[in-house]
Amino acid sequence: MSTLIQPPRAVTTAPRKRAKGREVWEETPTWFGQFGKGTVLTVVCALVVVPVWAVVLTSLSTKGSINGAGGLVLVPHGLSLQNYQLIFSGGTVSQALYVSLFVTLIGTALSMIVSVLCAYGLSRPHSFGQRPLLLMMIVTMFFNGGLIPTFLVVSDLKLYGSLWAMILPSMVNVFNILIIRSFFQNTAAEMIEAARLDGANEWRLLWSVVIPTSRPVLAVMTMFYAVTYWGTFFNALLYEPDSRKWPLAMVIYEYTYSGNQMPGMGTTGIGGLQNASQLGLQMCVVSLSLVPIIVLTPFVQKHFAKGMLTGAIKG
Amino acid sequence: MSVSTAPPRSRPGSRFRPGSRFPGSRSRSNSRPGTRLSWRIRLRRDKSLLLMTIPALLLLVLFNYLPMAGIIVAFEHYDIYQGLIHSDFVGLDEFRQLVANPDFWHAFENTLVISFVQLILYFPIPIALALMVNTVLSPRIRGFIQAVVYLPHFFSYVLVITIFQEFLGGAGVLNVFLNKHGISSWNVMTDPHTFKYLVTAQAVWKEAGWGLIVFLAALAAIDQSLYEAAAVDGAGRWRRMRHITMPGLRGIVVLMLVLRLGNALSVGFEQMLIQRQAVGAGAADVLDTYSYIYGIGGGFGSATTMGADYSYGAAAGLFKAVLSLILILGANRLAHAFGEDGLYRK
Repeated sequence: MSTLIQPPRAVTTAPRKRAKGREVWEETPTWFGQFGKGTVLTVVCALVVVPVWAVVLTSLSTKGSINGAGGLVLVPHGLSLQNYQLIFSGGTVSQALYVSLFVTLIGTALSMIVSVLCAYGLSRPHSFGQRPLLLMMIVTMFFNGGLIPTFLVVSDLKLYGSLWAMILPSMVNVFNILIIRSFFQNTAAEMIEAARLDGANEWRLLWSVVIPTSRPVLAVMTMFYAVTYWGTFFNALLYEPDSRKWPLAMVIYEYTYSGNQMPGMGTTGIGGLQNASQLGLQMCVVSLSLVPIIVLTPFVQKHFAKGMLTGAIKG
Repeated sequence: MSVSTAPPRSRPGSRFRPGSRFPGSRSRSNSRPGTRLSWRIRLRRDKSLLLMTIPALLLLVLFNYLPMAGIIVAFEHYDIYQGLIHSDFVGLDEFRQLVANPDFWHAFENTLVISFVQLILYFPIPIALALMVNTVLSPRIRGFIQAVVYLPHFFSYVLVITIFQEFLGGAGVLNVFLNKHGISSWNVMTDPHTFKYLVTAQAVWKEAGWGLIVFLAALAAIDQSLYEAAAVDGAGRWRRMRHITMPGLRGIVVLMLVLRLGNALSVGFEQMLIQRQAVGAGAADVLDTYSYIYGIGGGFGSATTMGADYSYGAAAGLFKAVLSLILILGANRLAHAFGEDGLYRK
């Protein structure tokens, strides 16, 4: 291997062509290995992409093309928005969408405010009571009262049947707080010092120095909270007996997965059910809760690893 | 996950050492001279910091610590009209009923079996995927693969199961295909015999991609010059994998195993609950659902509801919680025995 002793620059002119990014000392992969890896990774991606594609496509298909496919539509054929028109014309799904939006927007905002404040409050070195407070938070990660006592407490707090029952009990995620905290701890001490000399108090420091320098982790955490609220199911199941307060996930469970007839569907004038396929409508609801996630994740994706790891591994 | 608080050590005899006040910690601001101040001064100095933590702590007290105190229902005959404090105290009565109930032991067995299947089938997949994705040279393709496989992590289980239903259920893509070719249909979604594999498949589909993150990061953290040096010494790619990559991943693999073992008794609560009616209680009841169905029950799968018996359900929940705690501490002990950090450092 004479290439080994040559300086890296010489490699570009070397007769054997190397893939960009491959180290000089690395063997070129075998044809078989490349092919195998490519196949496996393609299949893995397809396992995610195809179902999502089929669901969204079916929601956009006409009754004719859904019947023609005998189920989920995999190849586009006759697209229309009529399923969505029908769903948005009022009734269960629109109501659920409002509930989900309310829970997600208000919940995420409150969660972030509370988490960021708490994370900062515990992030300054040697602050008063830091260790016992941290311990108090960490204990809840390993031990909790369990389902029934939590249910009883939430009911005793008169939250049963209220939209807040989907927000308050899950508003604080200790793991997320610890991740934010460890990010805050790494804010350059010099910047904080400089701001403090300029007369900034803790609130000002948090707002003007720490938050602006921690945008990536805050973006990731906002997304984590938002996704959790958007998919809220179990708290709704526990605390919301009234179907008008159900979020999207409950509606999907009840009418798409369990296949019960949706009340108030198709009675609102536009065409009625006979022009729409039940499956198409069901896939509409599923798509409604999928699409925001698919649209938003790529924006935050590059921060995932950073956000997760600073908290989880390094500690 | 181990949380370090940069232990403040007041060192007697070195009260006024300019410069390096706290050896081993990064430079500190002059206005926060550590723990040598009296607590009154520190309290006054840090009161705005403490104020910031109040909302979160209040919520924790309300929704985590109050329920912990509420565990007492497991030792009572809870009566809604008498409340937590005035209900009859019955000691271990509920637990006696619990261990005498074969359904409970069945749920326990289910939990262990499903957990085991998930451990064997699920655990290696993210590692294998990470090793493959890591060797993809083009950053764009790598980014695309990551974006795609992360996605299902953000879907709620209701969504995941509904998607599975549309593909594998009675009227799903699989059975449409089978029928078209004259093969007898097989409704995977309601088959209690294969349920444990179905649940595992759902978990893999949802979380395997997400599991990549930690392993990819651990791979990136391995010193690349080791590979170069090994290659110069004539080690092929498999030997490099065996002697550099594997040891490099060891710590994180052990940590993940510890977490997995610690959570062995919490297998897919929502999954089981959602699919309980479809496959039947015999296949789908695990400790969590058992506690829920017997304790609260009402309104869910009403055909099999036992009616609300809060105390009994709470006893089942407490049984599981205590066992889980023992498991996680035991698993951590094990990690220490292997010379790894585990959840917290020794």
